[in-house]
Amino acid sequence: MAEKRIDEATGTQTMGHEWDGIEELDTPMPRWWLWTFYACIVFAIGYTIFYPAWPMIDRATGGTLGWSSRDDFDKEMQTEARRRAPIMAALAATPIDQLSANPELMQAAVEGGRAAFKVHCVQCHGSGAAGSKGYPNLNDDDWLWGGDLKTLEYTIEHGIRNPDHDQTRMSQMPAFGRDAILDGKQIADLTAHVRAISRQDKAGAASARGGQLFTDNCAVCHGPAGKGLRPFGAPDLTDAIWLYGGDSDSIAATISNARYGVMPRWGEKLGPVTVKMLAAYVHSLGGGEAAPPPVADPAPDPAKPHVQP
Amino acid sequence: MSSPDAIASASLYAKRKAVYPKAVDGFYRRLKWAVMAVTLTIYYVTPWLRWDRGPYAPDQAVLIDIANRRFYMFAIEIWPHEFYYVAGLLIMAGIGLFLVTSAVGRAWCGYACPQTVWTDLYQHVERFIDGDRNAQFRLARARWGASKIARRLFKWSVWLLIALGTGGAWIFYFADAPTLFSEFFAGEAAPVAYGTVALLTATTFTLGGFMREQVCIYMCPWPRIQTAMLDEKSLTVTYKDWRGEPRSHGVKKQTMDLIQTGDCIDCLQCVSVCPTGIDIREGPQVGCITCALCIDACDKVMAQIGKPRGLIDYATFEDAELEKSGAPARPVIKALLRPRTIAYLTIWSAIGAAMLFALGVRTRIDISAQQDRNPITVRLADGTIRNSFTVKIRNMEARPRTVEIGIVGLDGAVLWSGGARPANARTVTLNVAADSVTKQRLFLGSARPGEARQPFAFTVRALDAQGGTDTEPAQFERPETQP
Repeated sequence: MAEKRIDEATGTQTMGHEWDGIEELDTPMPRWWLWTFYACIVFAIGYTIFYPAWPMIDRATGGTLGWSSRDDFDKEMQTEARRRAPIMAALAATPIDQLSANPELMQAAVEGGRAAFKVHCVQCHGSGAAGSKGYPNLNDDDWLWGGDLKTLEYTIEHGIRNPDHDQTRMSQMPAFGRDAILDGKQIADLTAHVRAISRQDKAGAASARGGQLFTDNCAVCHGPAGKGLRPFGAPDLTDAIWLYGGDSDSIAATISNARYGVMPRWGEKLGPVTVKMLAAYVHSLGGGEAAPPPVADPAPDPAKPHVQP
Repeated sequence: MSSPDAIASASLYAKRKAVYPKAVDGFYRRLKWAVMAVTLTIYYVTPWLRWDRGPYAPDQAVLIDIANRRFYMFAIEIWPHEFYYVAGLLIMAGIGLFLVTSAVGRAWCGYACPQTVWTDLYQHVERFIDGDRNAQFRLARARWGASKIARRLFKWSVWLLIALGTGGAWIFYFADAPTLFSEFFAGEAAPVAYGTVALLTATTFTLGGFMREQVCIYMCPWPRIQTAMLDEKSLTVTYKDWRGEPRSHGVKKQTMDLIQTGDCIDCLQCVSVCPTGIDIREGPQVGCITCALCIDACDKVMAQIGKPRGLIDYATFEDAELEKSGAPARPVIKALLRPRTIAYLTIWSAIGAAMLFALGVRTRIDISAQQDRNPITVRLADGTIRNSFTVKIRNMEARPRTVEIGIVGLDGAVLWSGGARPANARTVTLNVAADSVTKQRLFLGSARPGEARQPFAFTVRALDAQGGTDTEPAQFERPETQP
């Protein structure tokens, strides 16, 4: 172990260690570096006093300035809410069927609906609202319960087949096969008839037999021509769109076991403005319908189940 | 400097030797005044020129509207996607410098470069306040007293005012000049305007007042590029040493006839007028910006001593060799018209002509279409397949227009823009706002079977007297599986 000494070549003191003749110079830190280092320490101490820093048992110390990132976030959210307040107020005050008179408000509603759709609806209807088997495509022009703004708003607000909600859209197709209302051959005939009226198969003896069965069992809800009836959410069986598939097997399965598509009611959860925006968005996707002309004879109350299983 | 110690201690830094150029008059000095007047007038006046474009566009003749991303230059309006015109202009400017260099050497440096023009202006102010070369020498050496401080403060104030004007004029190219002018003095202009003026005032004051020739010699890359571009056919300021040497400095007139002397009397007038402080008699050098003031100075002296002018003159290296061997000087036009110059001129004009042609035939209406991808296809109740597209119509005229969007190909298809689907319509009429892009979602339905991806095209046609059309190819997609 060598003693501390002044190195001749550099004039700097050594550390006092020596390994196999190699010694280390005790070169002092550059002054600017040292002062920067001290300044950093002072800054760090100040920071821990003014800002949240030291972890305690249930939370960190708050800091004397009382700053928190959550408060910042809240403030930004409040600013955004204030910015949107006039639009939201206007949306709340405007009935949905009068929205189209104000293109700017309509545009705001569609954009708001687009955002809300991405959060609440894409799980079933898909990110592009194209649906999938059992979940309707909202881009097309085929609607089970109606596709004008007011009807869409009602459907979204009250949901479909919510047994614990009086105003919900409710209907139930009988399970003709499972409940032994029709036998296998009759179901096959009925399937042939549905295939014929949707112009997927040519009419034949089976479909003619099925036609009679249809009139007896199905025409109440689907209409005598199979065009569907919206008050019951009964689909049009003559068009090109099949929610559960239009091939013979799928149709037979549907007749046999029935379908019971459910949608949550969103009115309570999202509030009237968001529901309005969602309706406007869905209406804008390409299949939105104009409001139906007012009819003298009120439509049957869709809230009441009309077809008992 | 041969010993290693001397090399080790030699510094690469050389302290600036102050240059106090003497006033001079003559042909090239007057040419420089004229160029200065023209360039400064263009710089200061251009933003104030007006050009009527109707109610939907600014009426400033030259305006770089960064906020709205438009560039206006008289009748020409350039959108960001047409930036290649600006690129073309820059290429023309670059080749223009090559052209000028090959024809007349470093004329850009000597006459038109902003550094030269503003330095010249500052030196003129300096001579006006401090006096000519010798007075400036004396003042620089004088002790700091009340008179020197007063003169310096006065000079710097005038410089600062010029600098402020320079920086101030710059911002008017980027906003409506009269509005910005009143806003600027009312303290209501954008912070970036004040920042820009402050920055350009500082650079003008420093570069024109103090850096001067050091910018040309040390900072600017252009002299280095030019030294590489100069050849034996380039026009440079040449001291005709075969005529001037040996110099007759200090030789009494009586004895001059006895010993062989050249025309140069070593009066140092060429050095004292030089704005970069070089001695042109040492031959071509990077410090020479070919401002030709030494030619004026020397011609004056030659006239006084009764010798022909042009001991220092513009000449090419090749001509200098010819002259040296006694051949008659060639006309200047020969130096100008040579293959390299003509080649540059051809390229430069070709780019200019191509740009003018492109400007002349460019359409002021433009369509682009993007297919909505989610979902790509939608089957409608009657079996029709529907695609939807987001179409953008770019109306580059400064007035609202009515356009008709149509489709080419895809027989039997129906085009509509929302609401109920029409039975058969292949066009949609749209009002587009002035000088802006209008976005429109369009639906396209086809009931006919066909390929999974069928090409067709969108067209747009302006429905007014001026007209104009554009086409955008697109594809109609059908689902590959049937329900």
